[in-house]
Amino acid sequence: MSISSWGRLAGTLAIGLVVAGGAVACGDDDDGGTTGPAGQGQFEGRGAITLATGKDTTGTLQGQLDRWNADHPDQKVTLAELPESADGQRQQFIQNAQTKSDAYTVLNLDVVWTAEFAANGWVEQLPEDQFPIGEMIPSTVETAKYFKKLYAVPYSTNAGLLFYRKDLLDKAGVTAAPKTWDEMKAACDKVKALPEGKTMGCYAGQFEKYEGLTVNFSEAVQSAGGKVVDDEGKPVVNSAEAKAGLEFLVNGFTSGLFPREAVTYKEEEGRRAFQDGKLVFHRQWPYQWTLANKTDGSSKVAGKFGVAPLPGKSGVGSSSLGGANLAISKYAKNKASALEFIKWFSNAENARKNLEVASNAPVYASIYSDAALQEKLPYLSVLKQGLDTAAARPRVVAYGDATTAIQENAYAAITGKKPVDQALADMQAKLTEVTAKK
Amino acid sequence: MTAPTQTRPPAPRRRPGQAREGAHRQAAGARRRRAGIVRLAALLLSPTLLALALVVGYPVLAALRLSLTVTEEGINPETGLIERSSELGTKNYTDGFQGDTGDRFLNALWNTTTFTLATGALVTVIGVVMALIMSRAFRGRGLVRAAVLVPWAIPTVISALLWKWIFSTDGVANDILNTKILWTTEGFQAWLAVVIADTWKTAPFIGLLVLAGLQLIPAEVYEAARVDGSSAWRTFWRITLPLVKPALVVAVLFRILDLLRMFDLPFVLVGPRKESVETLSVLAWDEMSNLRFGPAAAYAMILFVYIAIVAYVFVRVLGADIIGRGVQGRK
Repeated sequence: MSISSWGRLAGTLAIGLVVAGGAVACGDDDDGGTTGPAGQGQFEGRGAITLATGKDTTGTLQGQLDRWNADHPDQKVTLAELPESADGQRQQFIQNAQTKSDAYTVLNLDVVWTAEFAANGWVEQLPEDQFPIGEMIPSTVETAKYFKKLYAVPYSTNAGLLFYRKDLLDKAGVTAAPKTWDEMKAACDKVKALPEGKTMGCYAGQFEKYEGLTVNFSEAVQSAGGKVVDDEGKPVVNSAEAKAGLEFLVNGFTSGLFPREAVTYKEEEGRRAFQDGKLVFHRQWPYQWTLANKTDGSSKVAGKFGVAPLPGKSGVGSSSLGGANLAISKYAKNKASALEFIKWFSNAENARKNLEVASNAPVYASIYSDAALQEKLPYLSVLKQGLDTAAARPRVVAYGDATTAIQENAYAAITGKKPVDQALADMQAKLTEVTAKK
Repeated sequence: MTAPTQTRPPAPRRRPGQAREGAHRQAAGARRRRAGIVRLAALLLSPTLLALALVVGYPVLAALRLSLTVTEEGINPETGLIERSSELGTKNYTDGFQGDTGDRFLNALWNTTTFTLATGALVTVIGVVMALIMSRAFRGRGLVRAAVLVPWAIPTVISALLWKWIFSTDGVANDILNTKILWTTEGFQAWLAVVIADTWKTAPFIGLLVLAGLQLIPAEVYEAARVDGSSAWRTFWRITLPLVKPALVVAVLFRILDLLRMFDLPFVLVGPRKESVETLSVLAWDEMSNLRFGPAAAYAMILFVYIAIVAYVFVRVLGADIIGRGVQGRK
């Protein structure tokens, strides 16, 4: 080939590169441009909308949407099912927002994502006066707010409960569920003195290095009277209370109160252990009630356990709040329909149905005192007590970084890699860095 | 088979009257024709080049640009909204070598490398042994070959889940070893669990490619060795291995390129954000999921260069023949 023909070949390549480069330039505005000031959005346009939510494991969602669609034939809502895992859902939502796509109208967000989505301007600020937030449990409303403004509507909530082996406690002569950690330890010692309790683990929660550890660590700190992040959004894990909380977890492992393998437990591993009769006490979400009561042979503890609020250092403890909120995507069309839809979808009547058919804990306080429901779901009043003392996890924009900082250090402490004081000091430093991006 | 195949220039078209023209004009004509051919070649190749530019060139360039985009963000104290500003710079790269982010990146680089070396060595040895066994004629050989393929056929995520069960506290691994090792917690055992699972899964891949190579070795060579009184061990080192080397080197190269970008096995088997098994791919994913696209792209670019260097070394030093030039004798 002569030089000139190489030149032509290079020219052809260059055309390719220019095409590619042009595409790069087109992509410019996609990656993190400055978000403009966002006031309360205008909710305009009516027509078809979508509800983007995690995989519907209850199989009841479509039926509900069908009822809306029957009444609103011109504003039909379609279900966009996302992955079952929270990480997968968040990734889809973020991709949707980054490409400014109008594919998702109504977003079903985990309670811990509100700050991130609001701060990035991915969801609309909602008119507070158009929702019955006065009837909702206050702590659930807090999870939907960012900088004192409402960005989502509480849809369902959740709190951890103490599942305990009532049969064994009765046999050991313990009449009431423990309210404090010391009472729990004493009760456990008595159960372990029984022949059937000899090989049992005393207590487990979710201690694997994932979101569950953040939940359990926060609960331990709160149950000792402390906080992870104070009301101004400043991390305060360098307090004596936080130390007492983390020590409860660390000592639990070193003293053998928690089984060694509990450090690998997520929700399901712990549930298997509890259902196999390997645990006396188990911190778990309410969904375990129905599953552990199954009499098809999958559970050895059906009918043998009770639930109580989580124990604390010197009185009843405090749970972390779970649950989901509904928000409207900034980039969606037909926002007037969307607003109307979430008003309907989150109303008390639907919340009640959700509790009955899908065991989703409602955000309306009044539903918990319903006698008929209490009979059907005996854990309901305990759950309400749990919710009354529950606290939201840190509301931080960079929540992923905050929860990583908590997990890293809490995990290092419970696996004996770091002393408690150092773990908390490191956590405090890292959380300060994460929350102080100004 | 050392002669490189050359593209033969097509026979020049003879135009009437051409022969009568002067020699210099002839030369100019030949140049023009050559240029014409090159132009035609470029034209014919351009759709491919364009497609490559779009699906390979553009993503690489976009990633490079993203990796050089340093984003500063802050929260407006009044509205709470995030405000971002970005500029071009190399901070994303330098952060990979200093401070907290540096520790994490170097740890991921270390894990990626140790996984590659350990698993690469294990699968090579086991794969060759598998191939040697499979190449023998014995009853039930078809069954063995099929059975060996099963781990390779299972999607990695599924095998990661299977091994997660095996390595759970009350799982088979602890039962057999009569231990209570917490395999999936931070530490050397988590690293080992990943190495074991990956070896199980990918040794058959090496085994099959080497088997294909083994079957190309003529029986006469072995016969001659036997006649000369060579021991089995000597035959393996002096005949089997050198002759199977081209196939083996390519198989190991592919395996190592795969290992360098390992993601799913440590992610599912042990979990994300676990220091002892975090690879570069997992780290890039985690940075991306926390919306730090710049550092994520920088780590991906470093991994890209790392893989390119390893592939280059393999092709140059070990003579891996990945584009079918045939076996090259290297002394």
